[in-house]
Amino acid sequence: MLQISYADYEALRAHGEETYPHECCGVLLGKNEPGTGNRVHQLVRAGNTRTDSAHNRYNIAPQELVKIQRQARGLGLDIVGFYHSHPDHPAQWSPTDFAEAHWLACSYIITSVEKGKAVLTNSFLLTGTTEEDKKFEDEAIEIEIAEAQANNQKGQA
Amino acid sequence: MNIHIPTPLRTYTGGLETVTVSGATVSAVFEQLTSKYPELKQHLFTPEGKLRSFVNVYVNDDDLRYLADKEATAVTDRDELTIIPSIAGGTNCCPFA
Repeated sequence: MLQISYADYEALRAHGEETYPHECCGVLLGKNEPGTGNRVHQLVRAGNTRTDSAHNRYNIAPQELVKIQRQARGLGLDIVGFYHSHPDHPAQWSPTDFAEAHWLACSYIITSVEKGKAVLTNSFLLTGTTEEDKKFEDEAIEIEIAEAQANNQKGQA
Repeated sequence: MNIHIPTPLRTYTGGLETVTVSGATVSAVFEQLTSKYPELKQHLFTPEGKLRSFVNVYVNDDDLRYLADKEATAVTDRDELTIIPSIAGGTNCCPFA
């Protein structure tokens, strides 16, 4: 199961709407909690370097990933996954998503954005031990609404 | 030198994010690294011994692929090596009309 705050969940969906009709992408920083799964503590937006075909491809520059991994290290967090959007396409992983997924045990979130509006958001856990036996498994998303409400109440106090 | 290991490969370094090995070149450092953590080898290199295409290696802030001496690049204990698998994908569908 992937745990994420309501604010981060909404933020990654909003990112997909902002970049429509292009694909957005970003990195999930957090921790893998044994027995529970990946828990997101922070989102980092990334640039899509596939400007040649940004409506149906995404790529995060390795240099940017190095910086994000450094940022995670400074925060005591790990890269636990990634997110991207599928403009006018279902929130399901594509053969390209699978072929280019190499972060085993990480979560891959996909949001479908139809006519500029975020619709479905799904997560897929890349399981397996090697490139040869890897596979995507559907992963439930637990959205921490209670925390969001508590924070809102603090903000209003 | 310190080598930063990406999340998926920490399974093979005892959970360590940063490991320290010595070597005068990137190639020598990799030899030390895979000698110390043998299971890393198949994840980093093809059976022919070449870095897998999706494995990016940075020497400090420089992509190893673009360094003139590639794996023969000289390094010191003060340098940092970062291993970072690529991240890409997309629907690859429906070109604009």
